[in-house]
This record gives sequence, structure tokens and C-alpha cells, in this order.
Amino acid sequence: MGSITLQNVAKHFGEHVVIPSLDLVINDGEFVVFVGPSGCGKSTLLRLIAGLEDVSGGQIIINGRDATDLPPAKRGLSMVFQSYALYPHMSVRSNIGFPLKMAGEDKAVIDKKVTDAASVLNLTDYLDRKPRQLSGGQRQRVAIGRAIVRQPDAFLFDEPLSNLDAALRVNMRLEISELHQKLKTTMVYVTHDQVEAMTMADKIVVLNKGRVEQVGSPLELYHHPDNMFVAGFIGSPRMNFATGDKAAAYNARTIGVRPEHLTLSTTDGAWRGTVGVAEHLGSDTFLHITVDGVGLVTARAGGDVPLRHGDTVFLTPEEGRVHRFNETGASIR
Amino acid sequence: MAQTVSKERKIIVTVIAWSIGIALFFPIFWTILTSFKTEAEAIASPPSLFFFDWTTENYAEVQSRSNYFGHFMNSVVISLGSTLLGLLIAIPAAWAMAFSPTPRTKDVLMWMLSTKMLPPVGVLVPMYLIFRSVGLLDTRIGLVLVLTLINLPIIVWMLYTYFKEIPGEILEASRMDGASLMKEIIYVLTPMAVPGIASTLLLNIILAWNEAFWTLNLTASKAAPLTAFIASYSSPEGLFYAKLSAASTMAIAPILILGWFSQKQLVRGLTFGAVK
Repeated sequence: MGSITLQNVAKHFGEHVVIPSLDLVINDGEFVVFVGPSGCGKSTLLRLIAGLEDVSGGQIIINGRDATDLPPAKRGLSMVFQSYALYPHMSVRSNIGFPLKMAGEDKAVIDKKVTDAASVLNLTDYLDRKPRQLSGGQRQRVAIGRAIVRQPDAFLFDEPLSNLDAALRVNMRLEISELHQKLKTTMVYVTHDQVEAMTMADKIVVLNKGRVEQVGSPLELYHHPDNMFVAGFIGSPRMNFATGDKAAAYNARTIGVRPEHLTLSTTDGAWRGTVGVAEHLGSDTFLHITVDGVGLVTARAGGDVPLRHGDTVFLTPEEGRVHRFNETGASIR
Repeated sequence: MAQTVSKERKIIVTVIAWSIGIALFFPIFWTILTSFKTEAEAIASPPSLFFFDWTTENYAEVQSRSNYFGHFMNSVVISLGSTLLGLLIAIPAAWAMAFSPTPRTKDVLMWMLSTKMLPPVGVLVPMYLIFRSVGLLDTRIGLVLVLTLINLPIIVWMLYTYFKEIPGEILEASRMDGASLMKEIIYVLTPMAVPGIASTLLLNIILAWNEAFWTLNLTASKAAPLTAFIASYSSPEGLFYAKLSAASTMAIAPILILGWFSQKQLVRGLTFGAVK
């Protein structure tokens, strides 16, 4: 069991309001990702759930029990920190076993559970090393080991991959996803990286200035964003926005088209533009095109597109792929 | 970024470093050397470096004339006592300032440091009068108290710098892992802070050992530490350099040995935070 419900949760630091008031339901076994730009309150929200910060208002209910005033250790949650936060003076074995030791478990039980966790995380050979003798990825696995060993109701991850290099990040992303499949335990994961959010989440919570902009599955957010913020935040490269005549043609204040939903032609099309920079990735080409009356537009094309700087191109938004927004930025459906 | 250092540069830097090192050590070296000379050789001009009649009579003389061991024990009690008492007060203080700082924390730290800028002689008379009226003059406990107060700002500052280096996330992790405040202190904080506390302890023992202003002015005989022991050879004896040197050597030997064995800790303590 690992359901978490937030009711009217608010957080102020003095005069500064980080989270005005927020409701959210996280179901048992879900992989929920909090995503948003830096300073949007996503880490604060996680820390509120963890109990490392006190709420300024509202309730946090974990497994049907009011946990608002419970200390962190009593909430049945484990947390993996951005900096790993391993105990530098302890061996890997002691680090992983620490929560069990604090819970007063039997030494034999601790040994067994630590050994099991280590084998799941490929740490068996490193059990007697100190954290400083490990690589970044191994440290991260020790932090995860420490989190899983006491079988919590839910895991909290606070940007756990941001200290790793790009290749390792992709690996660890897969490992965490696999771990979720295996354990089927609720996971709450904070990141500013929308790719991590899209690839790992069952449910994404998009936050902006302490407010929930939208909650939904990755593809729901991608295909049906509620507003311009979500539309711009989810998807890479970013969605293109246009106003004025181009939007009026679709009966909207602003329209948005994703780079992958623009058809390219050298002869004719709806929008005419000039290629600025062409980024050749091999599999794809991202073209940055200056379109009259719109500005800079990004378009995705095949890997072998022969276009270069200064070429004139025509762009046509695909039928049914144009997102329309009203004057407040909300989607028109 | 790796920097290639030219050979000339290396030589120049080495020469400068050795010169400074020798210059700093020379007075100590000369004191030790002089302590093995006769009084006549001690004031001879030009002085002889190694070719003189080595003698230990100064040490014998100093031993027979004054109670070295009594002074030594006073020094030990005063420096250890004041350092331990200081740590007892400073650990919770630095702890609080490092882990739950308020907007005023920096000001409090600066204020503490500012007390070190006051010339001690400015408060000598009131201190003396207070000590006299409460009966603390020439007592070990009186000196322990005064040296604790003198060195407390440094102890707090050093510990604060150490505690600051302990990442808050590690403490939060231990809280998530179910550690109570007591267990957090025993299993996580203290082991991580031990090197810092150890070097603070060492440095303050040395500072207290060498403190000469208050120890000279607030003691007469009973509680007089080694500083007073040296001083007793400088004033009435006038020009008896050899005996004075022998007394000095005996006074600094214990702390020199302690410093030698703990130099790694000390260097780390003094440069902590400056170099990572």
C-alpha cells in the first residue's frame, strides 16, 4: 500500500509563497513524476511529503492516515537525494543497512536484507568499500539500496540523476524503471528534465510557480496539453507558437505546432521561411527557420534533408495537429 | 587545470619556502642550542654554532632551583581544562549556528570574533579586581575560566566552519532513515565531525599552553604554569641566557612534541575550508 493524498497543501517561507494551495492524489503503485522549471516548487513539494519541511496549511494523507504532523521516519517513505547523501564514514554495507539498524532489526536480518539489496543492484562486490571509493553511478545505486532495503510504502526521488553524465543517466533511468516494474511500489520522482518525465512516468504532474498546471499520462500531456505552459514544457524540441494572422486562421489567439508536426516543402506550403541553422543529428535534422510573421520556428525533418543555411522553405502544419489557445493561454478544444 | 611549473620557478619557490621555514624555526633552534652552553658562551661574541663545550648543567640547575613538574602540571590542567570546557560550550553553539542558522547568525559570529580585537590589557584591571574579590587569583580554576573565555571565539569559529562542511542532506537522509536526534548525533554527526573537533582541540591546547598575558598577570606561584616558570628566569636573573634558554626549552618541549605528532591534523584544521 502506498497511496499519498495532498489536500490544500500550502507552503510559505515567511512572506514568500512557494506553494499557494495544492491538491493531488498519488495512487498505490504509481510512478509519478513532478516536473517543472527550477523554482517551481517541485522539490519543496517532495520535501513536504517526506516530512523534511512542515506544511503551512493543508493535509498530507499517506495510506489513509493523516501524516501531516508525523516526523519523516514515521511516514513509511524512503528518499533518494540529489547528492546521494551517503554516510561517508560508513561502508556500503553499513550505509544500506542503516535504516534497518535504526529500526532495531536483528543483525542476521540486516545482513540478509543488505545482501539481497546489493545483489539486486549489482553492488555485491563493493559492500566493504567506502562511498568515496565508488563511481557516481555506484553511489547512486547505494542510495537506492538504502531506500529499498526497508521496503517502504513509497520512494521519493529528488532529481537523483542530475549529478550523472549523460550516458549513465540513460542507464540509471532504465534501472529505476525496471526497479519499479519489479517492486511495484509507489514512486514519486522530481526532475526538471521533461525527457526523464516522459520516459519514466505513469503520471506526470506539471508544476509552475507552485501550482499544478496539468496531471496526466505522458502521452495525454503531449497530445492534449491544457495550456500553453504545458504545451511548451512537454516535448523536445519545444512546441512552436504563433499569434496574429497565422493564429486567426485557426480561430485562436495563439496556435502551437510541434516541430515534428510540420511538413516541409521547397515549393509550396502555408508558411514561407528561410533556414537559419540546420542541426544534423544523423537520425533527424532540426531546422531553425525564420518564418515571416511568426519568428523563429523549429521543424523536424529526416536525417538526410539537404537543406542548408539561407535556403527558402515552406512549412505546413499537419491537419489535426495544431493546438489552439485562447487569450489566457488555455487550450481551446 | 594542470599547470606546468618550470624548473627555475620550482627552485625559486623551494628556496623561498626553506628560507621562511628556517627563519621561523631559528629562534627555537637557537634557544635549544643556547641551553646547552655555559653562561659565558651564551653571551660570547661572535657566538659559536656547534663548537662549544656541550653541557647539561643548566637543566640540572633549573630543575634544582624551581619546581618544573608543578608548573608543567599547571600548564596541562589549564590548557586541557580550558580547551575541554570551551569545546563543551562551543560544540552546541556551533552546531546550532551551522545547522539552524538565523538571519543574525553571521552577526553573532562577527561579534564573538570582535572580542578578540580588544587589547587584553584594557580589561586587566577590572579582571584582576574581580578575580581578587571572588578569590580566583592564583587558582587553576580561575585560569581555566579566563582562558576558556579568551579562546572560545576561536573554538566556535573553527567548529562552525567544520560543521558547515557537513552537508545538510546527509542529516536529512538519516532522519528519513529513522534516526532519532540522539542516534543522528551518535552515528552520523559525531563520526563526521571528529576530525574537526580533534584539530580544534589540538590547536586550542597549543594556544592555551602558550598564553602568557593572563597566566602571568593572574598567578603568583600556586597556579603558575610554564609561562610563569620561564618568566621567573628572565626578570630576576637578568642576563643568564643559558638558564633562561634551558627553562624555555623545557617549557616548549611538550607542546612541540604534541605539535609534531599532530601536524597533519593541525594543518588540516588551519586550512579547512580554504583548500578543498
